[in-house]
Amino acid sequence: MTHDQATDPTVVRLTGLEKIFALPSGEAMTAVTGIDLELRRGEFVSLIGPSGCGKSTLLRLIGDLTQPSAGSVSVNGKAAQQARVDRDYGMVFQAPVLFDWRTVEENVRLPLELTGQDRAARDARVREMLDLVELTDFAKHHPYQLSGGMQQRVAIARALTFSPSILLMDEPFGALDEMTRERMNSEVLRIWEQTGITVVFVTHSIPEAVFLSSRVVVMSARPGRITRVVEIDLPRPRGVETRESRRYFEMVTEVREALRGGEGRRDETLASLERAEAEGLIG
Amino acid sequence: MRRERDRLVRYLPAIIVFVAGISIWEAAIRGLGVRAFILPAPSSIVHALFENWQSGYQIFPAAQVTLQEAGGGLIAGALLGLVIAFAVARFPSARDIVLPIGIAVNAIPIVAFAPIANHWFGSQSAYSKMAISAALVFFPIMINVLRGLTQVDASALELMRSYAASDGAVLRKVRIPNALPFFLTGLKIGTTLSLIGAVVGEYFGGLNVALGRVVVESASTLSFEVTWAAIVVVSVTGIAMYLVVVAAERALIPWHPSVRGERVA
Repeated sequence: MTHDQATDPTVVRLTGLEKIFALPSGEAMTAVTGIDLELRRGEFVSLIGPSGCGKSTLLRLIGDLTQPSAGSVSVNGKAAQQARVDRDYGMVFQAPVLFDWRTVEENVRLPLELTGQDRAARDARVREMLDLVELTDFAKHHPYQLSGGMQQRVAIARALTFSPSILLMDEPFGALDEMTRERMNSEVLRIWEQTGITVVFVTHSIPEAVFLSSRVVVMSARPGRITRVVEIDLPRPRGVETRESRRYFEMVTEVREALRGGEGRRDETLASLERAEAEGLIG
Repeated sequence: MRRERDRLVRYLPAIIVFVAGISIWEAAIRGLGVRAFILPAPSSIVHALFENWQSGYQIFPAAQVTLQEAGGGLIAGALLGLVIAFAVARFPSARDIVLPIGIAVNAIPIVAFAPIANHWFGSQSAYSKMAISAALVFFPIMINVLRGLTQVDASALELMRSYAASDGAVLRKVRIPNALPFFLTGLKIGTTLSLIGAVVGEYFGGLNVALGRVVVESASTLSFEVTWAAIVVVSVTGIAMYLVVVAAERALIPWHPSVRGERVA
């Protein structure tokens, strides 16, 4: 399946979005402010930034898991709440959040149990999803019998059962080791290419963001705002060669510098120039 | 097969210590010439147990009566605990009313009410013993179930929210399965408590065929072998009730770390 171009190319539209939390001390904490962003259908967008930059808050605002203090979230031309009620979202958290009392297939089936869908259609869909994440052989296993990476694949399968138009992933591979993480990155790209779904992916790994994304949204902290949006023009399909390509390193560097931000970086550059000068390396 | 052998190896030390303890007890009584009304030897307790029908004490029929009282109290207390826990979980505003009262009531030694329960429900009646048992069992069940219903992983609730799941669906799919291990834990605590309630209730009056009565009456005639024999039967009854709940756990929550035999992560 290719990306669906038939409908409105903008799937998520964030306008003047702001979220202020009231702290128990009575103070107000601005999590994110002045967020304007449009996500195109079928796009893979990563949100990256230091801890406390509000990237998870932004994801939760899109998914209607929290409400904005100002501004608006429009998803498929609807308010976020309506989009949630229409089951436009699939969610994947850092923890797989699988239910131990259910087998793998029962976990994947859970969202469908909330609809009145008949058993045959439901079971067919569950099989299809397990096929997609290549866990068919583990259908009857319980989550605790699986590795962390496999558990997260179950969580992805479950998130996709409703055929949502947007997949929201909140540091889904943050708890995995580096090897598993890279494998999961390729896995998620394959799924994204197969389904044509729009993905919003929160991470604090620069290589991960660059490898996966069509665009990387760089955020800064206190208050959380978007400082830059980096287009990642690496060719697809991406694989091992991508990670070793020169362009990949350039993009990683670009995102890293964007993260370091304007002022801080210039100071550092200045400092290193001064050091070089003092050592007589440059004239 | 292998699992059974593992289990045997695991419990072997406990079995050895138990048998050794009984043997030392027996040897000490014989060797030191302790008189039976101070502490009878295990052998004479076992003897009293099996000839009780001659001595006029009916320990085994009594055990049946006491088991019924404890079981009835356990079921009644568990049902009450479940109902209150669900109500409190459903209406959080009720929590601030019910919990302080519940905790205060739980601090009262409920067995002290046994004479009053006998007065209310009839000292000859099984219901007076069930009432004491139920009152004892209620609190741990209620608190445990409430904990299970409310202490749900926040991400699990967000997940259900992202599916636009109704409160009823969240209750059925998440809260109740989550509460089941907690309920069974409460039930395990409840088995012991229900038996305490029944036996103490019997101390304050009741039909002669009941373990608490056998304890009281045999002690009053200095037939301490019989008293000890009755206590052994009470203990065995308690262990049996506990094992029934353990079996239920294995059947109902095979996925739970406590049943899987793994450490809770």
